[in-house]
Amino acid sequence: MRPSKAVVLPLVCLAVIHTIVGLAGFFGPYDPAAQNREVPSCPPTRLHWVDRDGGLHLRPFVYGLAEPTGETEQCAEVLHGPYPIQLLVRGTQYRILGVLTSDRHLFGVAAPGHVYVMGTDNYGRDVLSRVLYGGQISLFAGLLATLLSLILGLLLGTLAGFYGGWRDGVIMRGVELFLALPWLYLLLALRAFLPLHTGPRQTFLLLIAVIGFVGWARPARIIRGVVLSAKERSHLLAARSFGGSDLYLLRHHVLPETRSVVLTQAALLIPHYVLAEVTLSFLGLGVSEPIASWGSMLATLQQYHILVSNWWMFYPGVALVLVFLSYGVLSNALQADTAKHGVKWNAYSSLE
Amino acid sequence: MRTRRWNKLLDLVVVALLYPGGYALASNPIGTGEEVLVAANNPGTNGGRLVVALRAEPKTLNPVLSNDASSREVLSQMTADLIHINRYSQQSEPSLAKSWSVSPDGLHYILQLRRGLRFSDGTPLDAEDVLFTFRVYLDEKVNAPQRDTLIVADKPVVVRKTGPYTVAFDMAQPYASAERLFDSIAILPHHLLEGPYSEGKFTQAWNLGVPSGQIAGLGPFRLKQYVPGQHITLERNPYYWKVDSKGNRLPYLDEVTFLFAGNEDAEVLRFESGETEIVNRISAENYVVLEKQQTSRGFKLYDLGPGLEYNFLLLNLNATLPPRDNGIRSKQAWFGDIKFRQAISSAIDRDGINRIVYKGRGSPILTHVPPGNRLWIDQKLPHPARSLDRSRELLKSVGFSWRSDGSLIDSHGSEVEFSIVASASSNQRLQMATMIQQDLKELGIRVQVVPLEFRTMLDRVLQTHDYEAAVMGLGGGDVDPNSQVNVWLSSGDDHFWNLGETKPATPWEAEMDSLMKRQMSTLSAKERKQLFDRVQEIEVEDVPFIFLVSPNVLVGAKVRVHNFKPAILDSHTLWNSEELFLGDEGRSPK
Repeated sequence: MRPSKAVVLPLVCLAVIHTIVGLAGFFGPYDPAAQNREVPSCPPTRLHWVDRDGGLHLRPFVYGLAEPTGETEQCAEVLHGPYPIQLLVRGTQYRILGVLTSDRHLFGVAAPGHVYVMGTDNYGRDVLSRVLYGGQISLFAGLLATLLSLILGLLLGTLAGFYGGWRDGVIMRGVELFLALPWLYLLLALRAFLPLHTGPRQTFLLLIAVIGFVGWARPARIIRGVVLSAKERSHLLAARSFGGSDLYLLRHHVLPETRSVVLTQAALLIPHYVLAEVTLSFLGLGVSEPIASWGSMLATLQQYHILVSNWWMFYPGVALVLVFLSYGVLSNALQADTAKHGVKWNAYSSLE
Repeated sequence: MRTRRWNKLLDLVVVALLYPGGYALASNPIGTGEEVLVAANNPGTNGGRLVVALRAEPKTLNPVLSNDASSREVLSQMTADLIHINRYSQQSEPSLAKSWSVSPDGLHYILQLRRGLRFSDGTPLDAEDVLFTFRVYLDEKVNAPQRDTLIVADKPVVVRKTGPYTVAFDMAQPYASAERLFDSIAILPHHLLEGPYSEGKFTQAWNLGVPSGQIAGLGPFRLKQYVPGQHITLERNPYYWKVDSKGNRLPYLDEVTFLFAGNEDAEVLRFESGETEIVNRISAENYVVLEKQQTSRGFKLYDLGPGLEYNFLLLNLNATLPPRDNGIRSKQAWFGDIKFRQAISSAIDRDGINRIVYKGRGSPILTHVPPGNRLWIDQKLPHPARSLDRSRELLKSVGFSWRSDGSLIDSHGSEVEFSIVASASSNQRLQMATMIQQDLKELGIRVQVVPLEFRTMLDRVLQTHDYEAAVMGLGGGDVDPNSQVNVWLSSGDDHFWNLGETKPATPWEAEMDSLMKRQMSTLSAKERKQLFDRVQEIEVEDVPFIFLVSPNVLVGAKVRVHNFKPAILDSHTLWNSEELFLGDEGRSPK
């Protein structure tokens, strides 16, 4: 089955977002934790083509930022510079995927100039770099937790649907229990019991484990249904009568049936779990400072003064909207594809 | 222009809604023999209602039991004390007692009450009410939060009536500036509370549901109406005992309404929209937001300079730890080393914290006495400067070293790392913790910041001692050193870094104990200052807390509120509510 065009567009969009976020060190000009205490809460740095004397520059440039002195307006441009934007500059070291080390950044300006494309937060940290690094946490937490949920769901759903009997009973009661759990409160309770001393890496893995474990129930129930109907189909019965083992039947006749359901579920669950991570971080239960995540960045907007005066702190929200939109379109397209596939299959079955 | 006119119109509508029928309670004429106090304020005009927001709903209207800031704020308007600390001058001054005398040995105080005064329900005040008040405050069964301050050298103050309007107080030991003890001890009406007290029902008396006829006090205002979840409204006390220079009985305002806002942001929003006249203790960020609208919205903001609040990083030095000590014991080997604490202190960028967290509206500090306490601060102490070189030298001198990747290790080769807990509801303290994390990273120390719900954090710090370090704040109260003995005596209830010590654990704590005790019983102000200066020097040398920054007190009021004289002591804005009056929008306050 070839994916339709409607599937390709959001997939490309998501691939671009994930690549940029994955290569955050390269695309972001600064260390996301570095605090430039001279310039807290500065709006995005203005790019200029024309300097104060009216001279036109081919390369865009920025001016230096004033240190807050109390009297002058904060983050005002001062007459030092100009600092032209340079491509592929050397800056702070970063690692890609934990293996490659580099200090080349896509763009930057020479010291002592600074370019903050999305402004700075209230510690003077670069928002662009934080949005990119924060995306690594938020997006990959969503992806990994979905993977965990789907593997669990597939295992348990297949087990319940294919073998039935008491196994089905136990697993489905488990599903009902997990669906009935108020997961937000569960997570709150769980987080309160954890030791204080969990590092950012452990917190991240724990977050994934918790979100993934709590979420297996829904895919498991749907997959069980698919397996249950596939199990009764005549070609499967025929394969069994020819002596096909359980494993053979599962691999060749049952699991392929679940593919479209799993894909659609994935496209639905990933944004759901990204949102779960954002929610937890928003409530202060996610990865702790100084690690960025979209949720913890948006959490600063709970403060009235940031909400009314630092509009650039909404950027992680813009990124979230893009991601959700892409996944939304993707899951719709996948569902449409499944429906088409289903029509074919129905036609085929009526011939039997 | 257009919007302004609409605003005016809206104001008129609001005014019409607020004054159905133009009701106002008239003051009682001043009687002969009534020993009123003549206030030195600018004479004003009667009338109007002042609206103020409270962060939380008060918990009680019983002044003896109140322990939360909101209840105290409301009750400070409804009650009066014998000797009062002027919030502006920070000196004690006559209140219900028109004068007092001290015996040469400093053990006996004799207070003369004003004659002819009446409670807000019209019942006269005499020495019986004072006796009753102290009986209640000192009653162990009532368990008043202020009881501890009335116990000198482990013995409660003895109160005797020596005449219908004279009362004597006997103390077991001379007590420095004992007259400050009387501040905020609300004199209770004997005729209303004797009944509930003798029936053992005092703790239920005067809860929020009390009908306005059954509660009376000596403050400028009395209860009018309480609407749960919305507001509490007070009206003029027609028998109040202060007059202005023209002989008019105070207060000027007809009513004071406290709205329950819920949090600071809501409070700021209400002030910004013009719903409230005064806003109390706002954060520097909100100050910046409001500052821009000062002229267009007809209010004025005040930066009163450093207050009494101080923030600090607390390292856990408790001897008693949770059963599984969670590795805290091994970290105490570092924390217990004075040089290590000095190194941490010297690595912290206090000026940066002040700039980022308080927008420069605060003061970096090295002791618990912030510059706001002009009377008691030791001016000889140095300005806290950041020096990573000094930190490195200090750490080297006690056996710490650095790995090639820059991380700090102790003499046994274990990496130096710890966690800092901070209240999740306080953005400022979380910010401080995050900045300390970054500062210490430069020393090679790995720090984790753990936001905890405030109660959970307090429980860990006070009860279980299950934490490594914490960012906290203390403050409020009085400028006098005695108001903080609970922190600085090793036996004190708030001796956070090592609670429940039976005897001082270190020589410097022993010295601090003896200094604090000596200054408590020394009557010469100069000698006390010397003793207290030494306490501050110990704080700098031995770093019991790693002091950070003391924020300025930031308040605001509409331009039409006259005689507004905000002070750095609580309650910052309403301490002279009887003198406040509302004028025209156009006139600026003097």
